[in-house]
Amino acid sequence: MAANTRDIRRRIKSVKNTAQITKAMQMVAASKMRKAQLAAIASRPYAQELSRLLLPFSDAVNEDENLVHPLMSVKADGKDLVLLIATDKGLCGALNTNILREVSRFAPETTEFVCVGKKGVQFLARAKRTVLADFHLKDNFSFYDAQAVAKFCIERFAKGDIKRVVVLYTHYVNTLVQAPSERVVIPVQSFEVGHAELGHDSEKSDTVVKPEVTEYILEPNGRDFLGSLLPHFVCYKIFHVILEARASEHSSRMVAMKNATDNAKQLIKDLTLEYNKIRQASITTEILEIASAQMILS
Amino acid sequence: MPTLKLEIFTPEAVAYRDDVEMVLIPAELGDMGVYPMHVPLMTRIMPGELIVTKDGESVHLAIGEGFAEITQTHVRVLVDMAIEERYIDEKAAEEAVARAQQEIREALMGNQEVAAAQIALLKSLAQLKVRRRQYSSSLK
Repeated sequence: MAANTRDIRRRIKSVKNTAQITKAMQMVAASKMRKAQLAAIASRPYAQELSRLLLPFSDAVNEDENLVHPLMSVKADGKDLVLLIATDKGLCGALNTNILREVSRFAPETTEFVCVGKKGVQFLARAKRTVLADFHLKDNFSFYDAQAVAKFCIERFAKGDIKRVVVLYTHYVNTLVQAPSERVVIPVQSFEVGHAELGHDSEKSDTVVKPEVTEYILEPNGRDFLGSLLPHFVCYKIFHVILEARASEHSSRMVAMKNATDNAKQLIKDLTLEYNKIRQASITTEILEIASAQMILS
Repeated sequence: MPTLKLEIFTPEAVAYRDDVEMVLIPAELGDMGVYPMHVPLMTRIMPGELIVTKDGESVHLAIGEGFAEITQTHVRVLVDMAIEERYIDEKAAEEAVARAQQEIREALMGNQEVAAAQIALLKSLAQLKVRRRQYSSSLK
């Protein structure tokens, strides 16, 4: 009996420790999620200006063949380059499972991968897929870091046998819901950044205001200007997608850790009840023994 | 006095937003002073020093690569870095310069990477230039 209560006490202690850890991870994830959200919101004015800057070109490109940039060329056949954005660490619920399931939709022969996040690389290695590069981005990665990823994709596309560059990432719907989704970043077909923005006021969509003047002087010239603006646009898109994937990761981890903490608390409750039952039972037997001994003596 | 609305955007934040009298932009084809009623123009920007004049005083910013859109009433600058002189970390910039120079010297990398290192070098140098300018003027 005594051994049994000691066992239960030990288990309660260890579950308590686990609960403490998961609770701490939950808090950390919550604050990181907030940071990722804020970063996405802070970059929104930049996004709006960028698509506004590109807007005059959307008509010009249709009129002037000369302006059409290689990044905009639509090809009939070629391989897909998939930029897979997974997480570095586990313990974030079904996030990685969901995103990696999407990988199977791309045929191994016609797909090459570029990967952000260790979990993605590990999976692709196991699945024996072609991985061209993997990038490691810190939690507080900068635009410059994302640029390296984007530049790699652009260079690979420029080699010619790639039809399109697709980003496979986890779309942030809200704290509880994250959906795996894909977005084609190259060829560039629309200059709108217009997608559901991260943050809370998604109804305030990126309505692009027509610029007041339409005739600009372009320095050094139209072709070069667009030529450097377009890769930059792709860089920004990829930067934003990674930010969004990060927010998804952290919110998913937060929810998973909250569930773990709740479960641990429930387990502690059940174990405590069990422990008390056993303790009570042993006290009752002891009293019974004393009482019966006294009855015999009297 | 007519003013220009100057807005400087970076992917991380809106770095500057104010009505100003004049702005000096390090454009690709040379430094460019912009007053109100400028002809509409778009240009690429090289890493360097951007000077804003407002109420007779000037603010210096170190900026990175990017683009500028100029209209008669607005100047919108999109760059990957924009730091006002008082926020520049001189030590960090010096280290960045040393690191970039080291990378270029070793030149084990491909052309693309050398170009990236050169841009990084220019950006750090721009920070130092803006920062040191303030020092020399405060010593006088």
